[in-house]
Amino acid sequence: MSTLDTLRQRLNWGGRDTDPAENDTAATDGGTAVGTPGARERSTLRQYWNSDFVRSMPFWLVPFAVMGLFVYGAIGWNFVISLTDYAGFDDANYSDLDFQNYVEAVTSPQVIAAARNTLVLVVAFTIVCLAVGLTVAVLLDRQVRFESTLRTIYLLPMALSFIVTGQFWLWMYNVNNGIVNAFVGLFGLGPYNWVGNPDLVLAAVVFALVWQFSGYCMVVYLAALRGIPNDQFEAARIDGASTLRMYWRVIVPQLKPATVSATVVLMLFALKAFSFLYALFGGYRPTKGADILATLMVRQAFQLQQWAYASAIAIILFVMTLGIIAPYLYYQYRGDNL
Amino acid sequence: MTETDDTADLDARLSERLTAYDPWRVGLYAVLAALVGFYLIPIETGIVTSIKTATGVVETLPYVPPGPSTFTLQNWATAFDLLVRGIVNSLIFTIPATILCAILGSTAAYGLTLVDWRGQIGVLVLFIAGIFIPYQAVIVPLSRFWSNYLDLTSLLSFLWALPVLEPYWGTLIELTITHVAYGIPICVLLFRSHYKSISTEMLEAARLDGASVTKIYYRIVLPLSRPMFAVVLIFQFTQIWNEFLFSLTLVSSASSPAASVTLILSGIGEAQTGLDFPLRMAAAFVAAIPTILIYVLFTDEFAEGVRT
Repeated sequence: MSTLDTLRQRLNWGGRDTDPAENDTAATDGGTAVGTPGARERSTLRQYWNSDFVRSMPFWLVPFAVMGLFVYGAIGWNFVISLTDYAGFDDANYSDLDFQNYVEAVTSPQVIAAARNTLVLVVAFTIVCLAVGLTVAVLLDRQVRFESTLRTIYLLPMALSFIVTGQFWLWMYNVNNGIVNAFVGLFGLGPYNWVGNPDLVLAAVVFALVWQFSGYCMVVYLAALRGIPNDQFEAARIDGASTLRMYWRVIVPQLKPATVSATVVLMLFALKAFSFLYALFGGYRPTKGADILATLMVRQAFQLQQWAYASAIAIILFVMTLGIIAPYLYYQYRGDNL
Repeated sequence: MTETDDTADLDARLSERLTAYDPWRVGLYAVLAALVGFYLIPIETGIVTSIKTATGVVETLPYVPPGPSTFTLQNWATAFDLLVRGIVNSLIFTIPATILCAILGSTAAYGLTLVDWRGQIGVLVLFIAGIFIPYQAVIVPLSRFWSNYLDLTSLLSFLWALPVLEPYWGTLIELTITHVAYGIPICVLLFRSHYKSISTEMLEAARLDGASVTKIYYRIVLPLSRPMFAVVLIFQFTQIWNEFLFSLTLVSSASSPAASVTLILSGIGEAQTGLDFPLRMAAAFVAAIPTILIYVLFTDEFAEGVRT
C-alpha cells in the first residue's frame, strides 16, 4: 500500500486534477477559477516549480556548471586550438582552421613511437598489476594474522606522490649503487643502466608502476572476495592442492566485475602516467624507449610552445581514453551499476 | 551443555593450532613476508639513504643503515628549508579545495541520486566520465584561460594590498578552483555509492510528511553522510597534495613564490657533481609526511576511497 502511494505520489507531480481534495475546492468555486487560462498556466508553472527536477537543481547545478566548464568546455576549446596554427608566445588565431596538425601527428615517427610505447605500457602494466593484485588478495583472504597491518603496508605506495616514488625508483635503478643492480648482481648479471637504456627503460617503468599500483588491485579484489558467500570457500578449503583449482574454477570467474573496473582504472592511469616519468627523468624528455603520448604532449606544449600540435596529440589521447571509458560506462549502465 | 561447548571450543582451538603449523600456512606467511619486503624496500632504502653523508652513500650498501661516522641529519634540515615554502603553498590550496570538493560532491550526488527526475542519468554520466578525462586534454586551454582570460593575480590586485595576502595568492586561488573542478566528479561518485545504500523508504516517509527536498538533505542525508565525508576528505586531500601536472603548468617554475611542494621536489638535488641522492630522499620524505601520516591514521577510509 505504501509503495503504491509513493508511486502515485511520484507519478502525480504533473497531474493536479486527479487530486480529490483539489477537485472539491474547484467544485465549490463553481469551476470558474480553474477554468481561466491564466490560472491554468500559473498552476502548471507552479507544478513545474515544485517538481523534483527543479527542486534538485540547487544541489547539482553549481557543481555541474563548474565541472562542465572546466572539463567539457576545456576539451572543446582544446579541439578548436588543435585546428589552429597556435605556437610560440603569440595569441591563437581562430580564423584559419584545418586538420593540418592531425595529419602531421599521425605521420610523425615520434608520435608513432610514442603511441607504440603507450600501448605496450598500458597492456603490460595492466596485466601484471591485475595478476599481482589478485595473487596478493587471495593470499590475504586466507584468514591471515596481522591482515590489516599487511594491507596497510601493501597499499602504502599508493598514498605517495609520483614525484616522491619517482625519486625512490631513480635511486633503486641507479647504475652504481642501486639495489636493483645489487639484486641482479647476485645472479651474475648486470649492472644495467635501467633508466638510460632504451631497451630496458619501459620494463623498468612498468615494474615501478606495478609496485605502486598493485596495492590498489589488491584492495579491489579483496573487497570482491569478501562479497562471495562463505560456503563456496568452505568447499575450496578441503586441502592445498584442490584449493588452487577451486579458486581458479569457482572464485576467479566471480571476480569479473571487479576485474573490469580495475582494468579500466589501470589502463587510464597508464595512459596519462606523466608525473612519474617527469620525476624519473628529471624533466620533459624521458629516455627514448619510454616516451609516451602523455609526456610527448606536455613536452610539445610547455617546453617547445607548439600549442596547437600538442592539442592535437591531446585529442588523440582523449579519443583513446574515450575508447576505454565509453564501453565501460555502457557496461555499468546495462548492469545497473551506474 | 557447557561440556559440549568446551569440547567444541577445544576442537576449534586445536584445529587452529594445527592449521597454524600446516606447511601451506608456513609457505603463505613466507610469501606475505616477502611481499612486505617488496613493498617496503624502496621506502626503507630511501630512509637510510636520507641520513647518510655523501661518503656514506658511496661506501655502504644502499639498504644498510649508516654507521656513526657516516650518519647525518643535514639532508633533512636542508630539504626542510627548501620545501617549507612549498608545504605552506600546498596547504593553502589543498585544504580549501578538499573541503569544497567534498561539499559540492555531496550536494550533487544527492540531487542526482536521492531526488528522482527524468534525465538525471545523462547528467550523471557526464560527471562520471569526468573522472577519467586525461588532464593532457585540457591543460593547454586551462593554462591559456588562467593566464590570458582570467588572470587572478592582476584581476584581484586590489586584494594584495591587504596584510598576509601577496600577489602570488592569485595563482594559489587559480590552483584551488582548478582542483575543485577536476575533483568534483570522483567525489560525486563516492557520495553516490554511499547514497544508494540509504533506505528510500525513510526518505519517502519524510517526503509524505511534507519535508522539502532541501530539508531532507539537511535533516536526514547530511547526518548520514558523515562517514563518507571522512573518506572523501582523506582521499581528496591525498590526491590534491600529490598532484603535479597542474602545478607544473599553472605555476611557471619551481622558483616561483607560488610553487607547490611537488613542484619544488621535482627539481631538488640536481647538483653539479651529479644527483645528490641523500638530499633527494630526505626531500621526498619531507614532502610525503602529511600524506603518509594521514594514510597510516586512516588506512580504511583511504582504501575505501581508492576502491570505489
